[in-house]
Amino acid sequence: MKAVSMKPTLGPALYYWQRDALFEFYERIAESPVDIVYLGETVCSKRHTFRLEDWLEVAHKLSASGKQVVLSTLALVESESDLKTLRRQAENDSYMVEANDMGAVHLMSWKRYVAGPHINTYNSETLTLLAELGAQRWVIPVEMSRQMLADMLTGKPQGMETEVFAYGRLPLAFSARCFIARHYNLPKDDCQFRCIDHGCGLTLKTREGQPFLALNGIQTQSSRVYNLVGELEDMRQLGVDVLRVSPQPFHTEKIIALFLKDWTTVCPVWRLHNRWPG
Amino acid sequence: MSLELVCPAGRQPALKAAVDNGADCVYIGFRDSTNARAFAGLNFDLPGTAEAVRYAHARGKKVFLALNTYPQAANWPRWQEAVGHAAEAGVDAVILADEGLMRYASRTYPELRLHLSVQVSATNYEAINFYHEHFGIRRAVLPRVLSLPQVEQLVQHTPVETELFGFGGLCVMVEGRCVLSSYITGESPNTAGVCSPAKAVRWQQTPKGLESRLNGVLLDRYAADENAGYPTLCKGRFDVNGETYYAIEEPVSLNTLELIPEMMRIGISAVKIEGRQRSPVYVKQVTKVWRSAIDTAQRDAEGYAVAPAWMNQLNKLAEGQHHTLGAYHRPWK
Repeated sequence: MKAVSMKPTLGPALYYWQRDALFEFYERIAESPVDIVYLGETVCSKRHTFRLEDWLEVAHKLSASGKQVVLSTLALVESESDLKTLRRQAENDSYMVEANDMGAVHLMSWKRYVAGPHINTYNSETLTLLAELGAQRWVIPVEMSRQMLADMLTGKPQGMETEVFAYGRLPLAFSARCFIARHYNLPKDDCQFRCIDHGCGLTLKTREGQPFLALNGIQTQSSRVYNLVGELEDMRQLGVDVLRVSPQPFHTEKIIALFLKDWTTVCPVWRLHNRWPG
Repeated sequence: MSLELVCPAGRQPALKAAVDNGADCVYIGFRDSTNARAFAGLNFDLPGTAEAVRYAHARGKKVFLALNTYPQAANWPRWQEAVGHAAEAGVDAVILADEGLMRYASRTYPELRLHLSVQVSATNYEAINFYHEHFGIRRAVLPRVLSLPQVEQLVQHTPVETELFGFGGLCVMVEGRCVLSSYITGESPNTAGVCSPAKAVRWQQTPKGLESRLNGVLLDRYAADENAGYPTLCKGRFDVNGETYYAIEEPVSLNTLELIPEMMRIGISAVKIEGRQRSPVYVKQVTKVWRSAIDTAQRDAEGYAVAPAWMNQLNKLAEGQHHTLGAYHRPWK
């Protein structure tokens, strides 16, 4: 068994929350035991309650309270203004960047960066290339199976940390189209920022009432909450270094605390219910 | 400026239909999961690929080969071999998605022309220029998420040629960034070359109507007078807040005939027709219409107008019998 312990991280906030709620959320996170915090808008460039300046302000505070801060980039970088934000993130001297598209990798090349979950890394050759270009850590694609991960970890570059999305609704797809705007019969260009009413996404059910997906603007997620807290020992043995908790509207600090506990010594088959509260 | 017409072929008859009816290039795939249309009975074995190249080259046309899925640690050698087979067959370009494979191809076969697949989802010029600098990528197939002004902005900032989707089935999700199929069936375009695979589909006649299920999940239910389409999971009807509708996308085809002069003005190099899984008749008819339209626009871009006969012909072939300009036209988003 490998003795090294795994670290939980707090992923970037995927939903559109009120400005005050975000500031307050990260004040609580500053007090929480999580070591690494990813900050930034990764889903929709139209979301404007928090600008890069605000993220940098939060980054400064979290950093002062001892957290390692990573700035996450947008997954779909389309316009010149998206590129401008990306360049400002890439040029910052204080924090590492999580690259979520190859444009970001291009701008981060030869600096230290994290290859985010939206970079398609499915084999050692690609992971080695990313490492040569400065990647210190990679976040595995959410569709990667346990066996595929095990294969990857036997051939991973030296010093590369491996991070797994371990708690939250799974980010499954991105689109040109905004499904929240579509639900409200609004054009995307005049979406009225209705995402703000859906703090953990808008649930989509099948015609027989089975919760299936969750709509989060241009992102589609699983309706069920993915939860690997029961797989900690297995992942430790595989050689996973870091576990990502995705920010939730409720109980995020408690969830982080659960991932910090060594549950295997308490109850090896313990499982959280994979149910969304309410 | 000339606009190349790139047409699909799933089998030899479709390839001949494309070449004989005006395609400048035909794109094909090998008969396994190294490409994103890994359907049973579809695609080309090695002798078939050699024959395809012979047929097209004899008529002055090109063949591109799609190797646009992501090799995994356990099966990497299959993709590596496929690059070798493509080079030996003398294809004019390979269409790749995986960076590791691009590096292998550019180092091992420096003469082989590399194109960037739509599966890469390179939505900006910084991404495309990354592939150009590292692997000498010559052309990028652009993701179907950009508006035309965004495409124009991109074209101005890269030395890489661009190819746009012009007609065919429309993925509303960003290709390469969608694992919905994996979530329900364990197989996705990225890893297995399939979306909503046929083996996971079940049709069932019930008192409430004809139901389509993907691995048990109800995707849609059709009344007697409704046309039932292939149950691609993003094209079903779902319930959101008590309202049942096509919450993600209706079955619809992309059709950009009217944008041809604009594509030429922007400096797009090629227009791509989707549908390697479609019949030779489909390929023939779509190729003919697009050949006429491109020739008309190249003779006189200013006087160009979409002929009603072209539109009628394409609408008959379109999925769901209707079409859209997709993301190129911003209000669609």
